[in-house]
Amino acid sequence: MINLTLQVWRQPSPDAEGRFVTYEARDIDPDMSFLELLDVLNEDLLARGEDPIAFDHDCREGICGMCGVMINGRAHGPLPATTTCQLHMRHFNDGDTIRVEPWRAAPFPVIKDLVVDRSSLDRIIAAGGYISVNTGSAPDANEVPVARSDAEAAMDAAACIGCGACVAACPNGAAQLFTASKVAHLARLPQGQPERYRRAIDMVAQMDAEGFGTCTNHGECSVACPKAIPLDVIALMNRDFFKAQFKASV
Amino acid sequence: MNLDARIPAGPIQHKWDEHRFSMKLVNPANKRRFDIIVVGSGLAGGSAAATLGELGYNVKCFFFQDSPRRAHSIAAQGGINAAKNYRNDGDSIQRLFYDTVKGGDYRAREANVYRLAQISVEIIDQCVAQGVPFAREYGGLLDTRSFGGAQVSRTFYARGQTGQQLLLGAYQALERQVDTGKVLLYPRHEMVDVVVVDGRAAGIVVRNLVTGEIESHAAHAVVLATGGYSNVFFLSTNAKGSNVTAIWRAHRRGALFANPCYTQIHPTCIPPSGEHQSKLTLMSESLRNDGRVWVPRDPGDDRSPDRIPESDRDYFLERKYPAFGNLVPRDVASRNLKEVVDSDRGVGPRRNGVYLDFSDAMRRLGRKAIEDRYGNLFEMYDRITGEDPYTVPMRIYPAPHYTMGGLWVDYDLQSTIPGLFVIGEANFSDHGANRLGASALMQGLADGYFVLPATISHYLADKLGTDRPSAEHPAFREVEGEARDRLRRLLSVNGDRSVDSLHRELGRICWDYCGMSRNRVGLEKAIGEIQALRADYWRRVRVLGSNEELNQSLEKANRVADFMEMAELMCRDALRREESCGGHFREEHQTPDGEAQRDDDNFMHVSAWEWRGPGAEPVEHREELTFEHVKPSQRSYK
Repeated sequence: MINLTLQVWRQPSPDAEGRFVTYEARDIDPDMSFLELLDVLNEDLLARGEDPIAFDHDCREGICGMCGVMINGRAHGPLPATTTCQLHMRHFNDGDTIRVEPWRAAPFPVIKDLVVDRSSLDRIIAAGGYISVNTGSAPDANEVPVARSDAEAAMDAAACIGCGACVAACPNGAAQLFTASKVAHLARLPQGQPERYRRAIDMVAQMDAEGFGTCTNHGECSVACPKAIPLDVIALMNRDFFKAQFKASV
Repeated sequence: MNLDARIPAGPIQHKWDEHRFSMKLVNPANKRRFDIIVVGSGLAGGSAAATLGELGYNVKCFFFQDSPRRAHSIAAQGGINAAKNYRNDGDSIQRLFYDTVKGGDYRAREANVYRLAQISVEIIDQCVAQGVPFAREYGGLLDTRSFGGAQVSRTFYARGQTGQQLLLGAYQALERQVDTGKVLLYPRHEMVDVVVVDGRAAGIVVRNLVTGEIESHAAHAVVLATGGYSNVFFLSTNAKGSNVTAIWRAHRRGALFANPCYTQIHPTCIPPSGEHQSKLTLMSESLRNDGRVWVPRDPGDDRSPDRIPESDRDYFLERKYPAFGNLVPRDVASRNLKEVVDSDRGVGPRRNGVYLDFSDAMRRLGRKAIEDRYGNLFEMYDRITGEDPYTVPMRIYPAPHYTMGGLWVDYDLQSTIPGLFVIGEANFSDHGANRLGASALMQGLADGYFVLPATISHYLADKLGTDRPSAEHPAFREVEGEARDRLRRLLSVNGDRSVDSLHRELGRICWDYCGMSRNRVGLEKAIGEIQALRADYWRRVRVLGSNEELNQSLEKANRVADFMEMAELMCRDALRREESCGGHFREEHQTPDGEAQRDDDNFMHVSAWEWRGPGAEPVEHREELTFEHVKPSQRSYK
């Protein structure tokens, strides 16, 4: 069992001023996940009549993308390729002080405590992150062969869970890795070709309209990404975006 | 009440085609005159909302998460079944139909299952066209793998993230409709009740989870796609937010609840590690393709696994079921796991698991092949347990995972409230008493992409030119008032126990008496304990803060209040069903060698329960099942 000091960002509402509040967490089982630590702390707060800490979470198995906080200044904490729910307390030491805060980015306004509004990411997908195919109109699934390496490369990019850690980790608050992972997923498949260049233009335009920052190749996004999506997707998006400028047909 | 499933006449192979032809259509220009509400954005709800938008209806889609992509379908790992027969290994629509009816232990509706098997083929086509990156062979064609309960290889997959990729396909199709304006999204909105006017579903009342506002939304039809109720057990593989509220509120308004006792306990989950445990994590069933399940032969053997020689191991599934071995269906596997752990042969620090061992497969295929197949699952296991499954065998134990029960629907997926449709896991579905692996994704997408869009049009067609009640109708005001009262009540108890502690206690009762095996004495005890706990809940629950804010304790409290009622119905159904079938195992009804003993003479029916008010006993209605194409037999996987 370990004892920890937590400094947690508390902010009652979007317009209220926030601040760090210090809590002591005693007798923490190293097998607990980070979110279970927050559960235990919340049970304590409730028993004392204090408002529990609001935080987003759902599947708790690293795939829904709902959870995510800054832990000692790092998105999803110290481990590589790990969501907050999959981070276990065995990676912390007795006596550690842990600072917990929400994602910080202008397009992610704080709703309460550690909960932010990430609907800007959905709007980037709505701007073009799809293949336009109505239900019922598809040819047989094996009609178009897809090279195994292409399918694998598409899957590498498609693994994005939309958590927003890339934005939170970026010094510029850019959403390049998020956007590019969808652009690359679809650009690497034959089914994605007809809309390929239009898609790159529309998604980048929406990303800018939402107020995300500019990518200056720090690479922090990929380091923070819980699915370890590599930076090459950004290179692909930049190339497609550039080529698109010269295509009359898009 | 007459429970008419309205199964179309004619040979089973032609029922769906004929039905599609005989159903009324809504002409394209008239579709924009109809408003449809979809609650839930998972595989069923997301695909339905997207497809209805494509057809031209005005769709509103509600979900409690912050984005439609979060729905728990995303966590499905293993794959999706389809009768493509790309492997030439003897698969066909007929065989998928047969396997599903048999796997469900002859408690599903034949006509529905046949339709599901037919549509399975189109689903794969649709998903590939959307850009779902399914696994491929070197020739560029689709790869498949085997799953429990089948002897053909018909499961399509995208690494261990098939649910994620299928959901992203539906989500992207949905966002495309959002962009066209045909679908409006309502994130962080929870349905708290359905509104019925003149016997028809007229809309829903929701709570805006950010502001606490209670809002009414009216429509011509309402579709519930809100998933299952495994969280009645508190510890399950479901997401923390998954809940029964939408279908339970609909039940209280007149929708019958079918087969609530059919719950699936998934055999391959990571055993609980302590009292802090907040959920259980599933390890894909696909692992049973290459992993071998074993425990020490002798009770109390606490040597580490590498020190237990072959001769002292019991590969009990392979021993008892030579034909299917480690790939027996989920219910059979789970019961056998429980049996060996109960006989003091469990492994691990808490002696609460069995080994799932890949060392033979690694010797046979090489570590690289195992990494390719299961790399991300092994990583996840390592992350959670701190143990490396490449060198130490995994430990697994069953956990509540899926619920075959749900709201009763007819062949058109319409509940007993006209205009209220129920799709995906939320309905009582096509899986009978046990669902086969990789069939949930298939059913969710079959319902959402193909079945519902056809049948809902038939329902709407004759409503053209008639007015529907608006959200200003007094019925909406009344339901809003009830919702506000209930929230106020929860906030005003100010007791001494947290929602979680009460929910944990409920889960413990359900798991002990209505889990993997059940008996009369236990179920009667459970019903009494649940009633007492429910009374306690309204006296002792403590929810701080107010309604007019983001209040996660209040959200939970409102959901758990419904679980407290639903749990009792689940136990009552389990008590009434004096037989064992699929996931429902009554200890009083087993064969001499401990397998489930069905009673086809007395229980070949769907039990659909009618709500009669708080505290009143629910009334059971029956839909008799007939099997014309698959002859019921004692299910054998030996």
